[in-house]
Amino acid sequence: MTAATNPSTAPNTYRAGPDERGRFGIYGGRFVAETLMPLVLVLEAAYTKAKADPAFHAEIASLHKHYVGRPSPLYFAHRLSAHLGGAKIYFKRDELNHTGSHKINNCLGQILLARRMGKTRIIAETGAGQHGVAAATVCALFGMPCVVYMGTKDIERQAPNVFRMKLLGAEVKPVESGSRSLKDALNEALRDWVTNVDNTFYIIGTVAGPHPYPAMVRDFQSVIGDEVREQMHEAEGRLPDSLVAAIGGGSNAMGLFHPFLDDPAVAMYGVEAAGKGLDTHEHAASLTKGRPGVLHGNRMYLLQDADGQVLEAHSISAGLDYPGIGPEHSWLKDTGRVSYVSATDAEALAAFQLCARMEGILPALEPAHALAHVMRLAPTLPQDHLLVMNMCGRGDKDVFSVAHHLGVKL
Amino acid sequence: MSGRITARFRALAREGKPGFVTFVTAGDPDVATSLAILRGLPAAGADVIELGMPFTDPMADGPSIQAANLRALKAGMTLAGVLELAQAFRAGDEDTPLVLMGYYNPIYSYGNARFLGDAVAAGVDGLIVVDLPPEEDEELCLPAIAAGLDFIRLATPTTDDRRLPKVLTNTGGFVYYVSITGITGAATPKADQVGAAVARLKRHTSLPIAVGFGIRTPAGAAEIAARADAAVVGSALVEEVARQPADPVAAVLAKARSLAKAIHGVRRAA
Repeated sequence: MTAATNPSTAPNTYRAGPDERGRFGIYGGRFVAETLMPLVLVLEAAYTKAKADPAFHAEIASLHKHYVGRPSPLYFAHRLSAHLGGAKIYFKRDELNHTGSHKINNCLGQILLARRMGKTRIIAETGAGQHGVAAATVCALFGMPCVVYMGTKDIERQAPNVFRMKLLGAEVKPVESGSRSLKDALNEALRDWVTNVDNTFYIIGTVAGPHPYPAMVRDFQSVIGDEVREQMHEAEGRLPDSLVAAIGGGSNAMGLFHPFLDDPAVAMYGVEAAGKGLDTHEHAASLTKGRPGVLHGNRMYLLQDADGQVLEAHSISAGLDYPGIGPEHSWLKDTGRVSYVSATDAEALAAFQLCARMEGILPALEPAHALAHVMRLAPTLPQDHLLVMNMCGRGDKDVFSVAHHLGVKL
Repeated sequence: MSGRITARFRALAREGKPGFVTFVTAGDPDVATSLAILRGLPAAGADVIELGMPFTDPMADGPSIQAANLRALKAGMTLAGVLELAQAFRAGDEDTPLVLMGYYNPIYSYGNARFLGDAVAAGVDGLIVVDLPPEEDEELCLPAIAAGLDFIRLATPTTDDRRLPKVLTNTGGFVYYVSITGITGAATPKADQVGAAVARLKRHTSLPIAVGFGIRTPAGAAEIAARADAAVVGSALVEEVARQPADPVAAVLAKARSLAKAIHGVRRAA
């Protein structure tokens, strides 16, 4: 099924998906148990209605401005650009958002929808804890109870975020099953949802899950790319030449890429976590090393064994430690519109340190992967090349983890 | 069509008694033990056997069946192994309907057409694939029917009257009514609510209705069986494998016998 780039079969637009069945090509869909199917259909109808309502968008825009601090700056990283000696590197500073990552963009949209639907309880899954913190934050903002499922492996390596969620009033439920990370947290959240169908809204944190989640989360994150378009026009009077973003499930990348998909001159790079290396079994590179499979309600590229059993992913970054990838990314890979590359744990650590010293910014380990690719890419490009990297999260949460990996005792 | 499922429910109806549908996970705790359990189930009173196809991420299942899946996978069970197990069971039992139950990805990975061919050849009668709702019928449901297998659908408390016809279209063999909103082996269903739900389903279909999720005891099974065409028990059987590692075969079959006795003791109007 994997089609190589073929201009003759390229679609007229890359921005029309998904179709009415929630498909992007063969990817996406609604592979859920019957108990959830009626809920997913009701959610789709509610989202379609909200999307057409200017009041819904006005509410989001107001919160973005006054609560999140949007628009986030588009910052020219001049020292890093000079150091790498090629492209002009801009950071989209989504790490400056309230709660420290892009995850708040999506959570605000979904909780406003939950309120419209009359739901009274919120559940979420989290890996790095950034989505959990964002979900707990919007729940505090609207006075709703919040349960966050988190693998015990992630609880260990993201202790600061666990405590933040608790401070925000959320209940963090440890997940002991399977690989004890993001994929298992998703399983547990789905089990909760199937049990509490009447009052509960499930805020999925990434562009995956049954339709309409992949499209809905993408729409809420597209504020990133929309702002970049405007800001780059203001700064340079033209479109950027290339976009780079890290991908775990793929939400920050989709938010940056989607508004530019139909601008053929804009090159795009999604950077997967190569963990300890693509030739080992310890990575999270579902697009590079996986094949199409069905998990968590949608078809996507999936790390799996020969028998279709889901493999455990590995990354130094808990937020990228997921064996799947959103269906729209899966489709964009097959169509060739976006290039998918990877960076190892070691490369991400090096990028993390370089960015700290060079720009005074501690990136989260997730965008540190994107930065690792920028470090490879930028020197090969001319100095008038405009490159935008999504700085989708801040690294405060990773300080202990980075110290551990560098062999420093705090 | 093998017709074994339909034939079995007709026979039960003639005798005026409800059926006992058992669920066990293939290869739990290992292939040989699993086959011994399967071979013992008909004599222990099972009218239909659901054989779970192990998966790493059984999202609709509670802790007991999750653990059974992991035990089986750890012991090396694969989908090809499940099909071999089915074939081995069928070689010694021509009559008991055998239904494979699980999640879509291992089947999709195996190849849908190849899987259906091998399942039919192994003597499988029906399929339950939890994460394939009617919206995705083109994937496997329609090809399965064309291959001669019953595609058994789950109906749930959230499946309202407007949606029910969509769920029942293309459903064959029997309808599996999920008695609670939740995962397997969790909450216990309320008998009067189940009675009302079965009556509602009967207004939409002439297929037999089996009720499952959360049935744990002989008394509970009898209560549900009095209001349906069959009761399904899974978690309570699978738990015996974990509880009695010294002799799981005897433990599972003893549990099955006690449940069968209670269910078959219920008399229904013919």
